[in-house]
Amino acid sequence: MAEDGRRDGDRIADPWGRRTPYGTGQTWPVRVDEQVGDGAGGPVAAEDQVERWVPSACVLCSNGCGLDIGVAGGRIVGVRGRAGDRVNHGRLGPKGLYGWQANSSPDRLTRPLVREHGELVETGWDQAMDRIVERSRRLLESKGGGAFGFYTSGQLFAEEYYTLAVIGKAGLGTPHMDGNTRLCTATAAQSLKESFGSDGQPASYTDVDHADTLFLVGHNVAATQTVLWSRMLDRRRGAGPPALVVADPRPTPTAREADLHLAVRGGTNLALLNAIQHELFANGWVDRDWVAAHTVGAEELERLVAGWPPERAAEVCGVDAGQIREAARILGSAERLLSTVLQGVYQSNQATAAACQVNNLNLLRGMIGRPGCGVLQMNGQPTAENTRECGADGDLPGFRNWHNPAHVDELAGLWNVDRMTIPHWAPPTHAMQIWRYAEQGSIKLLWISATNPAVTLPELARVRAILEAEEPFVVVQDAFLTETARLADVVLPAALWGEKTGTFTNADRTVHLSERAVDPPGEARADLDIFLDYARRMGFTDRDGRPLIGWDDPEGAFEAWKACSKGRPCDYSGLSYDRLRDAGGIQWPCTDDAPDGTERLYTDATFPTDPRECEDYGHDLATGAEQTPEEYRAKQPGGRAFLRAADHQPGPEEPGGDYPLLLTTGRTVYHFHTRTKTGRAPRLQEAAPEAWVELSADDAARLGVADGDQVRVESRRGAIRVPARITGIDPGTVFVPFHYADQAANELTLTAWDPVSKQPVFKTAAVRVAREG
Amino acid sequence: MHLASYLGLLHLAELKLARAYLAVAEAHGDEPDVETLCRRFADQCTAHADALAPFADRYGEDQPEEPERLHSELFGGTRGGGLGLLRDLHDLYLMATECEVTGTLVAQAAQGARDADLLATVERAQKEAAGQLSWLRTRMKQAAPQALVVAD
Repeated sequence: MAEDGRRDGDRIADPWGRRTPYGTGQTWPVRVDEQVGDGAGGPVAAEDQVERWVPSACVLCSNGCGLDIGVAGGRIVGVRGRAGDRVNHGRLGPKGLYGWQANSSPDRLTRPLVREHGELVETGWDQAMDRIVERSRRLLESKGGGAFGFYTSGQLFAEEYYTLAVIGKAGLGTPHMDGNTRLCTATAAQSLKESFGSDGQPASYTDVDHADTLFLVGHNVAATQTVLWSRMLDRRRGAGPPALVVADPRPTPTAREADLHLAVRGGTNLALLNAIQHELFANGWVDRDWVAAHTVGAEELERLVAGWPPERAAEVCGVDAGQIREAARILGSAERLLSTVLQGVYQSNQATAAACQVNNLNLLRGMIGRPGCGVLQMNGQPTAENTRECGADGDLPGFRNWHNPAHVDELAGLWNVDRMTIPHWAPPTHAMQIWRYAEQGSIKLLWISATNPAVTLPELARVRAILEAEEPFVVVQDAFLTETARLADVVLPAALWGEKTGTFTNADRTVHLSERAVDPPGEARADLDIFLDYARRMGFTDRDGRPLIGWDDPEGAFEAWKACSKGRPCDYSGLSYDRLRDAGGIQWPCTDDAPDGTERLYTDATFPTDPRECEDYGHDLATGAEQTPEEYRAKQPGGRAFLRAADHQPGPEEPGGDYPLLLTTGRTVYHFHTRTKTGRAPRLQEAAPEAWVELSADDAARLGVADGDQVRVESRRGAIRVPARITGIDPGTVFVPFHYADQAANELTLTAWDPVSKQPVFKTAAVRVAREG
Repeated sequence: MHLASYLGLLHLAELKLARAYLAVAEAHGDEPDVETLCRRFADQCTAHADALAPFADRYGEDQPEEPERLHSELFGGTRGGGLGLLRDLHDLYLMATECEVTGTLVAQAAQGARDADLLATVERAQKEAAGQLSWLRTRMKQAAPQALVVAD
């Protein structure tokens, strides 16, 4: 069916599909991908013939590709990429094409469960909710809001996050709210705050169409956002292809495509980026006039990177000094530079400091806010952007600054509550600290929604112990009985994507409406309905005794969120469900002045750094110490961006002695997170059924390991048994994907986090590898 | 001239603080941020103390006695739990303040003595001391509400 642009082959064998080349500044051609039926290769069964298509977008990575859900007989039977969608122009990746099959998995949760005499047993909603509400009331009275912790997701909808945020911040008044976004995009958000004053993705995916140079730092886009990679590949195959420079310790498909692959040693991104900036200054590749007009901090940065000539960085990061110079030359001679960043920076050593250096590169070149010029601090999850902007991650909603009394008063007015109710006296409690408080017993109710920390957090033995303990009381809201749900006191069955309505926003600020296509199974309920039910039963009220939550459906929640976002950088006020139904994906900010949304931010080189506007007063990148409002004001940013400087520091656990190898963890193209969904999609599960460890030929030879041998990978914290794959990975480094609960990479990782973004360090742990007899 | 005795005070204060940071790092290994940064700060303080050595020779440092006894004032046994962490950080903050103010006075004396080397050495240390104080303050502010209001 390739002739009509559909089904051009097997997306498992070829995750990126047929090339549709295009030239600089042209529109990316349409290629519609569709998958209906069981995907086993035979004809579509009669009962799987699509009766109607329901508009939505994909929730299996941060790309957020527009798609239609095919429905037959009240079941989801397929998906089809939306040709007119700005994100994907019809394409879907392997996870998008097959992941929906998990919805009809026979092991969906259909009734609430409560723990009785140590066992989880089925019960009704009233009984389950009563149990939570009774415990909540008792705790709120005796301990206050600080006894509650909420750990949510990057996979719910904006309406759900905002409702949760209001419950937590204005109902209970707890500062302990975070999402698994802490593991995924906390550094993206933080680096944007540190450099530009506020969260908010500067660039747009359309910048791929215009760029003449792409710099991908720790961003294996070929695996993490296959459709975005297709766009880059199509540019690379068309007229005027962009240069591609990739920094990654592994020879990923992305790195193999690059004109220049910088195989940076894990944990040393900052040294590499400082040396590249050294070269930009030394060779006059800095746009001095633009920098003087639009940034603060150039002098300090120039002084610091002067200490990082390529030869010094080469010793630290294992990249040849000549390659560093060549990278700087390519970036320094670019006319339209698009830089992208993902987990190779965010989950590694000195995450925020390194991510800020990528922002610096574009600022030093004066290349931001114009077609082809910008930074994409990527997200990992499909709705992580909403977790951040709605305040379900602990930040105040609407990118408001907890340190700014005027911002807190705005929320107090909006919600009609006493400002003292809203936690704003200290930074929000980050995920790892929430778990620590739970471990120590001061958080006594931990509510986990749509995430599986018993597999995803570092140092799993510790996490399991916390969940298994008598306290905290653990509520888990999920579609499946995950490894986490099995340890809960109450399990609430949740609807999945396709079974509920709501909006979500991808990594380039594109908002999609995802409509309910089918009913959830059994008694499962939309996450929004669960939160609303809790709020009702708790009887949260505002200062005038009216219900705190004044909405009872998704559209009502969306309207409330719009009001909250109005006037802030993430302004949704010009959007509506009708508008999204009509137009498809629209990029925020979307206002009366910009009714069609906003393609790229900072087009006038004015940044939200004014002290009255900024989301954050900034931190010391080395320690995470906060700058005071006074210190911030003294810098007089006045709409200029910050060039942030930081020196390289060794990681929290350097390889050596009994643990001589550096472990980095990551992803396969076929799975998402802990495979809760992708592991239940047969084609995806078959494509990557078990974990493995990648070893260099040098290390394999030294250890007497052959390709396919079972090996034991062991750290100071735990061990796993996996087959070996011998690859071109940097000698001294090994790689394990993190998706597999039975062979969990996080048995090996350590509890440590970036001092600024508080994102855990998953990419630098010391391990040893031995062949199993 | 009494600069020597203030150099001695500063030297001792840095060493005391270094040891206290190490003790807190060891006692609070379950708080990875505290452990990592306290170890780094301990190294900074030791380096500050070492950097004073040439000036001790120049001015004849007057070394006060009994550093071990002073050290024990901070850490009379490890303090566990959220409140214990807060109390330990609070003590570190007071000791770091003592160090910082002593450094400020030595820097003033260096200016009076027109000793540019000493001034530069102390100013470098003062910058790091300010970073330590700023982090301690941030971390205590984060910990205080939970430790003082919520925890059992």
